[in-house]
Amino acid sequence: MTTMTTTETGAETPQAARRRWRPRQGWLGFLFDCANAGVLLALCFVTFYPFYYVVVASLSQPVALMAHQGLLLWPQGFSLEAFQRVWDNPMVRSGYFNTLVIVLGGTSLNLLLTCFGAYALSRRRLAFETPAMLFIVFTMFFSGGLIPNYLLVRDLGLLDSRWAIVLPFAVSAWNLIILRAAFIAVPKDFEDAARIDGANDFTILFQVYIPLCLPTLAVVGLFYAVAHWNGYFYSMIYFTDRDLFPIQLVLREILVTNSTDSMMTGAAAGREAIGNTIKYATVVVATLPILAIYPFLQRFFVKGVMLGGVKE
Amino acid sequence: MSAPLPRRAGRLARLKQDWRRNKWVYAMLAPVIGYFLLFHYVPMYGTLIAFKDFDPALGFAASPWVGLDWFRQFFHGLFFDRLVFNTLLLNLYDLLFGFPAPIVLALLMNELTSSRFRRFVQTVTYLPHFISVVVVAGMLIDFLARDGVINQIVASLGGTPDAYLNNPDWFRAIYVGSEIWQSVGWGSIIYLAALAGINPSLYEAARVDGANRWQQMIHITLPGLAPVIMTLLILRLGQMMTVGFEKVILLYNPSTYETADVISTYVFRRGVLEANYSYAAAVGLLNSAVALTLLVVSNRLSRRLTGNSIW
Repeated sequence: MTTMTTTETGAETPQAARRRWRPRQGWLGFLFDCANAGVLLALCFVTFYPFYYVVVASLSQPVALMAHQGLLLWPQGFSLEAFQRVWDNPMVRSGYFNTLVIVLGGTSLNLLLTCFGAYALSRRRLAFETPAMLFIVFTMFFSGGLIPNYLLVRDLGLLDSRWAIVLPFAVSAWNLIILRAAFIAVPKDFEDAARIDGANDFTILFQVYIPLCLPTLAVVGLFYAVAHWNGYFYSMIYFTDRDLFPIQLVLREILVTNSTDSMMTGAAAGREAIGNTIKYATVVVATLPILAIYPFLQRFFVKGVMLGGVKE
Repeated sequence: MSAPLPRRAGRLARLKQDWRRNKWVYAMLAPVIGYFLLFHYVPMYGTLIAFKDFDPALGFAASPWVGLDWFRQFFHGLFFDRLVFNTLLLNLYDLLFGFPAPIVLALLMNELTSSRFRRFVQTVTYLPHFISVVVVAGMLIDFLARDGVINQIVASLGGTPDAYLNNPDWFRAIYVGSEIWQSVGWGSIIYLAALAGINPSLYEAARVDGANRWQQMIHITLPGLAPVIMTLLILRLGQMMTVGFEKVILLYNPSTYETADVISTYVFRRGVLEANYSYAAAVGLLNSAVALTLLVVSNRLSRRLTGNSIW
């Protein structure tokens, strides 16, 4: 498996150079350029407006928002009451905490085991390399399905334990293959030099391979972390203890099953109205962290698609 | 490091040497293999409950075998046609509209003359990919509600408001539309990279021959993208039996089961919610088997037709 191209999109590509000297192509070409820009701008609007709407609505005066009809372009009045109520909600706080524990703990375990697996399977002289590889790759194509997995977790006594959403997802075969490819690409000389200095495999992994493959490791780690951050389904089926609910499950209650009641106490007038702004504020609070780090992550994500997307 | 043994040495001696040389490697590999064994292969073995009348009180081994009873029950069941039809149709629509969307987006972005504008479009369109499915579903529910933004706009244009998420006619459009909204930008990354890999001298040659932009796209750009498109298409075809059921579960309700209920959601309801483990496992196993077959067939087909395959 190799990466098809290492050119980052957005960087100066041969195409960009080609484009600069391309002659204008008459009226038809100009019309096409205008239409193209128009279509893409419209797409950007459609993509971005829902986020903008949610932010603006969350800052609005609840009753004024209810009265407003049609496209919302700026906050109707201004109120931070919804954010206050979201912040005061113990479920939101514990959800945040639980998600943080899962993301940090889960991702650490993911990375450790994926590094071990990728390192072991990048040893071309290992006697069981091929069978072990087949053993792992096969799981990408066939799985036992939801029910046997559920029964396994139940029989292991993991229901209502954080392990239930960490252990069954400890290694992703896909990520392991990506990291293995990166390890294989490391020149053998580094390893030989370390061995002559008396390093064992653990030292070589942690002091040679991991530092050399840090960018790939970052991408793989981000994939794991985002999956933990966004996951709700398995917490939904494995957790009944509300103290364990991660933020996405709390969000589901507020947004999908529509229960903002616990946060509406004391809001006799305009109960329905404040319920709406609470929803928007919840979305903002739950999406903000990922949006805040998004610009910094973007280049990693682009690299990640390139690493994982094309194989030979 | 000890030198490899000569070829004449016995198999056992070689294994011994391998063990001496790689014992730390095996120590690392052991937990990984253990993980796959426990959490992937044990559930595969566990699918045997599809052929048993699994009784939690008796346990796995003691539950009686019932052969293909559960499969028969599903085939003859009330929902068989509906579930298979919904699963395939939802996938077909997603394939028809969702698969070309990132290709079109990449082609349009590729024609942009300003690289700053292109980066702006990319940054904005990637964004929804990182929003959790719960938030996406929440926004959809809110915007599509009877008094939601969409209906306010519809009403102001003179249309009649509708409770879209309670109307089975709208479910597929909502599902596929939101899927495209969330993934089109992210999906286009890989095509943009492939476009960047096309040799610019091909375009120069074409221009010298008098090809216009449209002809350049048909004769150079699309053939250049073909291998990537083919590979991704195979992967997609192999997933014809799996839909993003996490989203379906958040968006559907009994009034839209008619078009929204798919095999995975049915397995979830019958298995996890109603504890009909054996029946749900049988339905799930059938689904996985068909999915695996589709993947193998489409891969073989692609290798024969285009020389591209994923293994």
